[in-house]
Order: sequence, then structure tokens, then C-alpha cells
Amino acid sequence: MEHQAFDHDVLVIGAGGAGLRAAIEAAAAGVKVGMVCKSLLGKAHTVMAEGGVAAAMANVDDRDNWRVHFSDTMRGGQYLNNWRMAELHAKEAPARVKELEAWGALFDRTPDGRILQRNFGGHKYPRLAHVGDRTGLEMIRTLQDHGIHQGIDVHMECTILTLLKDGERIAGAFGYDRERGRFRLFRAKAIVLATGGIGRAYKITSNSWEYTGDGHSLAYHAGADLQDMEFVQFHPTGMVWPPSVRGILVTEGVRGEGGVLRNKEGRRFMFDDIPENYRSQTADNEEEGWRYTQGDRNARRPPELLTRDHVARCIMQEVREGRGSPHGGVYLDISWIKEKLPNAAEHIKKKLPSMYHQFMQLAGIDITTTPMEVGPTTHYVMGGVRVDPDSQMSTVPGLFAAGECAAGLHGANRLGGNSLSDLLVFGKRAGEHAAAFARSHSVGKVDAGQVDEAARRAVAPFERDGSGHESPYQVQHELQDMMQDLVGIVRNEKDMLLAREGLERLKTRAAQVGADGNREYNPGWHTALELENLLTVSEAITRSALTRKESRGGHFREDFPEKDPESAKFNIVVRKGPGGEMQVVREGLRDMPDELKAVIKEMG
Amino acid sequence: MPTTTLRIWRGQDGAGGFRDYPTEVSEGMVVLDAVHQVQAQQANDLAVRWNCKAGKCGSCSAEVNGMPKLMCMTRMSDLPADKPVTIEPMRAFPHLKDLVTDVSWNYRVKKQIKPFSPRPPDAPDGTWRMDQGDIDRVQEFRKCIECFLCQDVCHVLREHHKHDEFIGPRFLVYAAALEMHPLDTENRTAELKRAHGIGFCNITKCCTNVCPENITITDNAIIPLKERVVDELYDPVVKLVRLFRGKRET
Repeated sequence: MEHQAFDHDVLVIGAGGAGLRAAIEAAAAGVKVGMVCKSLLGKAHTVMAEGGVAAAMANVDDRDNWRVHFSDTMRGGQYLNNWRMAELHAKEAPARVKELEAWGALFDRTPDGRILQRNFGGHKYPRLAHVGDRTGLEMIRTLQDHGIHQGIDVHMECTILTLLKDGERIAGAFGYDRERGRFRLFRAKAIVLATGGIGRAYKITSNSWEYTGDGHSLAYHAGADLQDMEFVQFHPTGMVWPPSVRGILVTEGVRGEGGVLRNKEGRRFMFDDIPENYRSQTADNEEEGWRYTQGDRNARRPPELLTRDHVARCIMQEVREGRGSPHGGVYLDISWIKEKLPNAAEHIKKKLPSMYHQFMQLAGIDITTTPMEVGPTTHYVMGGVRVDPDSQMSTVPGLFAAGECAAGLHGANRLGGNSLSDLLVFGKRAGEHAAAFARSHSVGKVDAGQVDEAARRAVAPFERDGSGHESPYQVQHELQDMMQDLVGIVRNEKDMLLAREGLERLKTRAAQVGADGNREYNPGWHTALELENLLTVSEAITRSALTRKESRGGHFREDFPEKDPESAKFNIVVRKGPGGEMQVVREGLRDMPDELKAVIKEMG
Repeated sequence: MPTTTLRIWRGQDGAGGFRDYPTEVSEGMVVLDAVHQVQAQQANDLAVRWNCKAGKCGSCSAEVNGMPKLMCMTRMSDLPADKPVTIEPMRAFPHLKDLVTDVSWNYRVKKQIKPFSPRPPDAPDGTWRMDQGDIDRVQEFRKCIECFLCQDVCHVLREHHKHDEFIGPRFLVYAAALEMHPLDTENRTAELKRAHGIGFCNITKCCTNVCPENITITDNAIIPLKERVVDELYDPVVKLVRLFRGKRET
């Protein structure tokens, strides 16, 4: 079938923080780089990141260093993290953040003119470099504005449908441009996946339409391993009212600045359930918690800043036990700080400008005077493509992954602020190693039959146009409802078995959906094409979650509510079997070197 | 649930017209929600660009009841309920399909502006020291989400089609952010005057009025840049000094 062809040494799929950072690094290595963005450049989900980027620069608290950051990350991930990635991340994040400043980023400052850092959940010291509550925008714009001068070929509004292989190794990718609906063939020696997350598999999510697990699914169907897919992060604070804004993120920065969670009785319920392994680090009274948010080095953090998995579950419990707010959430109150600060309203607007703006415009609520109603929202997937920790290469030679679509760094739960640093550290590494791979390998051969087959499958929905077919939106909505209800924050075997059966039925229906109209900028057609990705990641999540018979991090099972020491010894990996079936295996964790064990022990 | 009519511009490459879609309006709904509802129920192939649905990415720009708006931040309840709500694509850019326009010109323009070029680091560890007060004004410009509504409403682009001679408010804000960046050492004054056409702006402030991030585009970005251009390129004293010092006019 007719298509345009492009040749690159390294093709980066995805243009959020990880993709841009990878492309910049690969271009710096002198190879020919192409970057595919699903949307316009600069609109990727990185733009939504609010709180900050975690890096142990010790600008605000000189007790901070990579060892503390490493052990915080491991504790937050319940020790299922890839320790080597956690080590590299903690060591390299400061340099990656400083480099952004050399490219024009303007972070908020300390009184002595250095980069200011703020408190965040699970981080022992103030560690998040930030710009008010729009850190992600600052980061993506900095990378974008730097990146456009590095000779990278940018393919905007282009979607990859399949990866192409030559034997075992990667040879290219095939997709289409949304504007005109034409097919595009990208030949590449190495490919970096940086496609972000899977939030659109759920009904309530902070993620935009793009986050349909494309990279996860492309890698899986190309034969790569996925890992930790049972670990989905439900951010504790999404908007819950009005209905049309349900799921939109409310930054953890609100709690970092002193915001507190209360139930309808006005009780700060987070004090009622503090996990054992965080007890020594957590304040036991409200006054101490407030002092922590105001920078008192001797105070311990308030329980609102415990890890996201825990806070989300506590909120769910309040709601389920009838102590929630009128619209099924709880109250997040920053306005109370007027009792403590003379100019509280101005302070809130300065520190949390987009939150002020968002609630004022979308809910008609002034957060400087009125508590917000919040509840959990699907935010992030810890699971992803299984990669080598140093090079970010997957089990398929020449195929790399970085950022949210890669697994390993975050284990069972990600700390806030660790994703922006993740995408810088491992975006750079992926770009560097993909460029090295491209330099040491010749071009793979693209199989014309594979290309034709992909094109034929892509246009199939048009052959089912007219009134007889089912709408792709209908199937998508039912999938989202089902995953939300059956494989959400609180899981059990019975529900998940139902989901597994439901997925089989939805697969059959997805193969029957049709598309109206023509191929030019057609969202219905696009929705039909990405159903396969959503179904693949939903199945990976469901099967992995069924296999992990314990509760840990983002994965909570009411039929196995405790942590199981045996389950602490493995990651769950899924891969495509020889007959096309999804295989689930347990892969034992690698032994941590003694020096890293000593760091964890030292940090308590 | 109350029903409203969405009068959506449908068509391709500039040819087309309005079509009416009656749809239910629920509490708190924004225009983008209503458009999505029509898309899912009545017109699967209705083209609309969007991403974050939270006013942070600047993708869903359109003209709602004739006003340039982000559809995700415009509540249905703020629009008159007794009349159809008209939704059209931005008019300053080539039309592609339905509500989607070709904004690639903006990306080409940005590439022509001299990039950031910092002074050497202030500290041995390669970092700089900056005062919060000095970066506050630049941070205002860096709030820009590149929705291009300011470009859409600018009469120099919209009515007079000076896309080849004038970079538009968005990129004057971008240039201002670079020029006023405490670390930047580049000088863009000559280009601002010539290639970037700053003189075309006659400060009608339409751009400032439509900016969803409330950036004071005209007063804080464009006027100071115009002053720079005048100071550096027209001031006879400066010209003499420059001649005397032998510094080439940039």
C-alpha cells in the first residue's frame, strides 16, 4: 500500500520529556534523529506535571544527598524497584536538572539565588525543584526550545501502529499522519519508545486521550517483556466535581504547602493510619506537620505527605465508610493556613497559581477561602517495558524505552517528583545508548509483507462503515468502565476474573468497530486503531494483578490485604507467547550489592 | 437534563459550513465536553484537537460564539442557553478539517528566533545565581501554553495576513522572555525590527485580552521590546557612542 518512507539512525517515538531528552542526546552524538509526536510538539503530558522534579541538590537542606534519595525511592517502591536504576537516578538527577538551567529553564529561587526545592510525599528532605505549580510546562518548553535547534526531524501528529523487525532486531516503525491520513514508514537502526502511560484504560484519569499504552503495546507485540504491570498509581487528589472535570489532577504541592485532608466530620483522618515503616518519619501532631511544611528541619512530615498509594487508599476508605464529601471525595483544605499566615490568600495564589485558576474557572471555587473536594484518579503506571538499567534497551535488540513506558525505577509505587527526574535521567541514557547502537549496527531489512499487513489492518475499519458497525467510542467507554470497576484501586480475584472474561468479549467487539468519513484527521478512526493498545495493556494489568496475591504499593487486594514476604522476591513479567497468548512469569529480583544494602540500612 | 444546540463548523480545507447538533448539557460541562459528546454520539469523525482538558497544554483553541477561547476552560453555563453555541476553528491559520487548523507556521517562526545563549556559570559547580525578583517578570512570559489564541486575534495576521513579515504576539512574548532572561547574552533587537516586524504591532491589546494565562502581552512584553528597538536602533546618542567605540550595529 502507498506510503511515504523516512530514514533515521534513531527514531524516538513520543515527544514528552523522555522523548525530547532522548532525541537531544542522540542528536548530540551525531546520528540522524527523527522524533514522532502523537500530538503537536510541546503538548505531551509532561506539560501537566505540577509539583516539581526530584533531585538531591541539597540547596534547601544540606543533609540531602543521592543516598537519601535512593533509599526514599526504594522505600516508596516497596523494594521491588530495580536498584541499579534507583541508584543511577538518584546520582544523576542533580546534573540533569542543572543542565536544564543551562538551556534556559527558570526555576524558583532560594534567597541566595540557587534553585529552590520543596517538600513532597515520601521525600525526606525538600527536594523538588519547581516553578510554582507549572514545573512540567517549564521543563517541556525548555527541552522543546532547545531541541528544535539540534537538527531533529519532528513528525507532528503522527501515530505509530506497529514496530518492524528484521529477525530479532528492530528495523523500523509504521504509522500514519493524522492530518492527511497517509501512511508513513520509518526505517531506523534503533528506536526509543517514550510514549508515556496507560491512563485512558480507566474511566477516571488525569491523563489525556493520548495515554493508551501505545509504547507498552508496540513493545509487547514486537516481543519485548513488560514488567510490573499490576502497579498502577492512583493519585490521591483528583477533582471530583463537577462531573465533567472528574479526574483532573490537583497537585500534591497543595499538601506540600500545608494543605490538609479532612472528612465530612472535619477530622484529619490521615493521622489515624500511619504505616509502620514510615512511623518514625511522620509527625504525630498537627502542629509538627505544619512546621514541616514551613521548612522546620527538625519537624517530621505530616501524614498527608505519605506515599500516594497509601493516601489514595485512606481516602477511598473514608468514602466507602460514609465519611466522604457530598460528591464522593474528601476535603483538601489549603485555605486554613490563614490562621497561620497573615497574607495567606496571596501566598496561595503565588505558590499554587494554576490550582487557584483551575478551581476558580472549572468549579467556581476559590481555594483561598473554600476547601476543595478531591478523590483518587488514575495517574501513572509504574509498570512498563523491561529494560537494561544502564542502557534502557529492552529484550529486543535496538529497541529502547524511557520514562513512564519503561519499568523498573519506581517498583510498586512512584514518589511524586520522581517521574520528571526519571524522564531526564533515563531519557538521556536511552538517547545515548540508542545512538551508540545505531553507530555499531547497519540498517535492518524492512519486510514489505509486514508493512502491507499493517496497512491493510489499519484501513479495515473503513470497510465496516455505515450504520451496521459498532462505534469505537462505545467499546472504549465500556473498557474504561470495566477496568475502573473491576481492576481499580481495590481489587479481588472474583472481579478480576470477570474483567479477564470481559476483555475477551471486548477484543471480539473491537475487531468489528467501524469508521465513518475519510482518513483525514479522523478521531473515530484513530480511536478504532488504538483499541488494540488499550486492550493489550488492560490484559497485562489484569493478568499481572491476578498473579500478585498480596497487597503492595499501588496494588491492593482486599482478598490478600497484607504484604507477603515471598512476593517481595519477584517482579511479574508478561510476554507474548508463541501462539500469540499472553504469558505471565515471575522473575526473581537481582541481589542488591552490599554497599547499597548498607545505604538503605543507614537511612533506616 | 437541559438541551443546547452546538452549531459546529464542519468541513475540509476551508470549504464547509455550520451544522447544528442538539446535545444534553450536564452540570459543570465545558464546551470541549459538549463537543466530545457530539463526537461520540453523533459524529465520530468530527475533528477536534485537544490534550490535557485542564487549560495547561493549549491545544483546544477555537472561536466560541465568535470569541477566541480554550474550549476546555469555557463553561457551557457561562454562555447564553437560549441560543445555539457557535464553535468555529481559529481563522488566522489555514483550515484543515472541522475545528482543526494548520498551526505549523508558528513552529517555523519559533525556529527563526535566536535561541537562548547563557553567560558563563557563576559558580565552579556550573550553576548560576539569580534573584527571584529578576526572574519574576520572565516567568510571566514562560507561563505561555502556546495556544496561539493571541495570534488568532491579532489583526496583523488575521486581517492583513502578514505571516511572512510579522511573528505575532506569541513570539514577541517568546523573544521578550529570552531578551529579559537574566542569563541570556544574545541580542535580538535588529531582527525584532526587521525580520520579526515588531513595528506592525500598533498595541491594540487584543492579544492581551484573549490570553488564557493572563499574560500582559502588550504592556509587559511588546512595549518594552519596542522601547529596546527604539533605544538601540534610533537613539542618535547611542548611535554616536557605538560609532565612537567601534561597535558594529547589530
